[in-house]
Amino acid sequence: MSRPPTVKPPRSEAGRRLNIGAVRSSFAPWNDPDATPLVRFEGVTKRFGDQTAVRDVSLDIYPGEFFALLGPSGCGKTTLMRMLAGFESLDAGRITLAGEDLAGAPPHRRPVNMMFQSYALFPHMTVEQNIAFGLKQDGMDRKAIDARVAEMLALVKLEAFARRKPDQLSGGQKQRVALARAVARKPTMLLLDEPLGALDKKLREETQFELMDLQVQLGMTFLIVTHDQEEAMVMADRIAVMREGEIVQIGRPEEVYESPANRYVAAFLGDVNLFETTVEAIAHPMAHLTATETDAGFYVLDDDCPAAGATVWLAVRPEKMRISLDPPSADVKNVLAGEIWDIGYTGDWTNYIVELPGGTLVRVARANDRRVVERPIDWDDKVWVSFDPDAGVVLTS
Amino acid sequence: MRRGPSWFNLVSLTVGFAFLYLPIVLLVAWSFNASRLVTVWGGFSTKWYVALLSDQQLLDAAWVTLRVGLLSATVATVLGTLAAIALARGGRFRGHTLFSGMIYAPLVMPEVIMGLALLLLFVALRFDRGFWTVTLAHTTLTLSYVAVVVHSRLITFDRALEEAAQDLGATPARAFMSVTLPNIFPAVLAGWMLAFTLSLDDLVIASFASGPGATTLPMRIYSQVRLGVTPEINAVCTILIAIVATGVIIWSLAMKWRSAGAARQALA
Repeated sequence: MSRPPTVKPPRSEAGRRLNIGAVRSSFAPWNDPDATPLVRFEGVTKRFGDQTAVRDVSLDIYPGEFFALLGPSGCGKTTLMRMLAGFESLDAGRITLAGEDLAGAPPHRRPVNMMFQSYALFPHMTVEQNIAFGLKQDGMDRKAIDARVAEMLALVKLEAFARRKPDQLSGGQKQRVALARAVARKPTMLLLDEPLGALDKKLREETQFELMDLQVQLGMTFLIVTHDQEEAMVMADRIAVMREGEIVQIGRPEEVYESPANRYVAAFLGDVNLFETTVEAIAHPMAHLTATETDAGFYVLDDDCPAAGATVWLAVRPEKMRISLDPPSADVKNVLAGEIWDIGYTGDWTNYIVELPGGTLVRVARANDRRVVERPIDWDDKVWVSFDPDAGVVLTS
Repeated sequence: MRRGPSWFNLVSLTVGFAFLYLPIVLLVAWSFNASRLVTVWGGFSTKWYVALLSDQQLLDAAWVTLRVGLLSATVATVLGTLAAIALARGGRFRGHTLFSGMIYAPLVMPEVIMGLALLLLFVALRFDRGFWTVTLAHTTLTLSYVAVVVHSRLITFDRALEEAAQDLGATPARAFMSVTLPNIFPAVLAGWMLAFTLSLDDLVIASFASGPGATTLPMRIYSQVRLGVTPEINAVCTILIAIVATGVIIWSLAMKWRSAGAARQALA
């Protein structure tokens, strides 16, 4: 679970932070038919030999957005980003940036900058020379370069390290130099390839918030590639979930988490219990489903539920299930009886794996909101698992 | 616990070093022999070194060797580095395996064959054999060595560094000059030194490719030795050893100083 940074920012910054939250929740240019996207991927395809890395991807990213490409390794997310940066050619489709077709533009003429997974800091240059590199290529005069480098060093709080070489920096410092170098030229868009992958967990969480603040502060569009669903959910305005070169779903973090498009998305983002069921009857607003394996009956909201007779999957998140040693009251709709099969204690949460009659395993997560529990649930206990009708999502694929 | 090397290690070390350096030590010692007879010690003297200065033929040969070495090593370094880049960065072009195999082949090709082949070529092209043909031949010989040294460095070099440079607005050529080259420079320099040394002591190929007026030092030494070993030759060889040794010592000191400097900075 993510924590806010341990050191609270000073007052003025705290005020700005509240502001960011307000801006963020009302920020939705993708719903505005008049908004012009900054980047358009149109039917983009990329093949490596007989492997298709990216298949017919169409995607709009809007100015000021923090957009995440999320997927397992080998799903084509990095290839998609590298095509935007100009390091890979397209086999079909086109990419436009601010209305201009990028085809034929080499990497050094594209107004986007990339933060590499390995950081790719120039080992023979000091921190300030690294940051100044891009500015020099732009033919800026010395004074302006010095001023901009100082500004960037202050931005990432590395003033004291200006004359160090990269191999004299810690992982977190290297990451910040890479960031400063990539934003120094004020690109229209910053591409981040697994930017936090090499950092340890604590630092990663802190850096997530720093990146979000930085993005608003710079007013820059960020495109991040990550395999870490938590990272994508914490930082991004929208997430594109990818699988085998295709985009499976695009949406706000809460959309992809709470209303996944299919079983793949549901299972990739967090944990989920999936029940194969048949639709028995629909009595608006409720749908009655029967589990194929156990004959258990479920009552859930009938949003997007196909007509009676269809086979669907019911997805329920572990944290939306309740677990008790006593049977729930009779008016609770979805109740499953089972036995504790395994318990995973993580401190803030406890994960219970419950075995249902017939052998199906169900995962239930419970927040440990009390230090001492009178009668803790133990291995082999008989338990009841239940969930509300609005806790489950009906998936058709 | 015993510290330091065991008797066995000590003995094998001594024998090993004796094997490597005894002939050289002997050669250096005899160069200071006052007697003209090579195997009779007649007291310490430096007169053979003084005599060298008046041996115009030997001095000419040394001068030719130096010029050939500097020029061929430099040309071979440029060409070899380009070949290494093509191999490491050209992608999987058609004939990649063949090309890389052909780059390595001269390393194991007998020098006699290479020398003969070059001689045939020069004759066929009606080149007058002399300074330029020796230089050309040595460039051919040493190019592969440079390519191998630089290539092995390039394949361990993080490609993302070049991409980062291009991403920051540098053209591919600029990215190479300002990022790749400074990082692979030690390998390029090592390639140059290797090429220079190879050229310096090559006898076989030079014998084939050379002509009147372009006798290299190894050729000169060899032809004199055929008439009998003189203390003068010992002196020349001692000077050569001294030059090479000085170069190696300066090189390793510079390396040591560099890493010590980096460590100091890290502690600061």
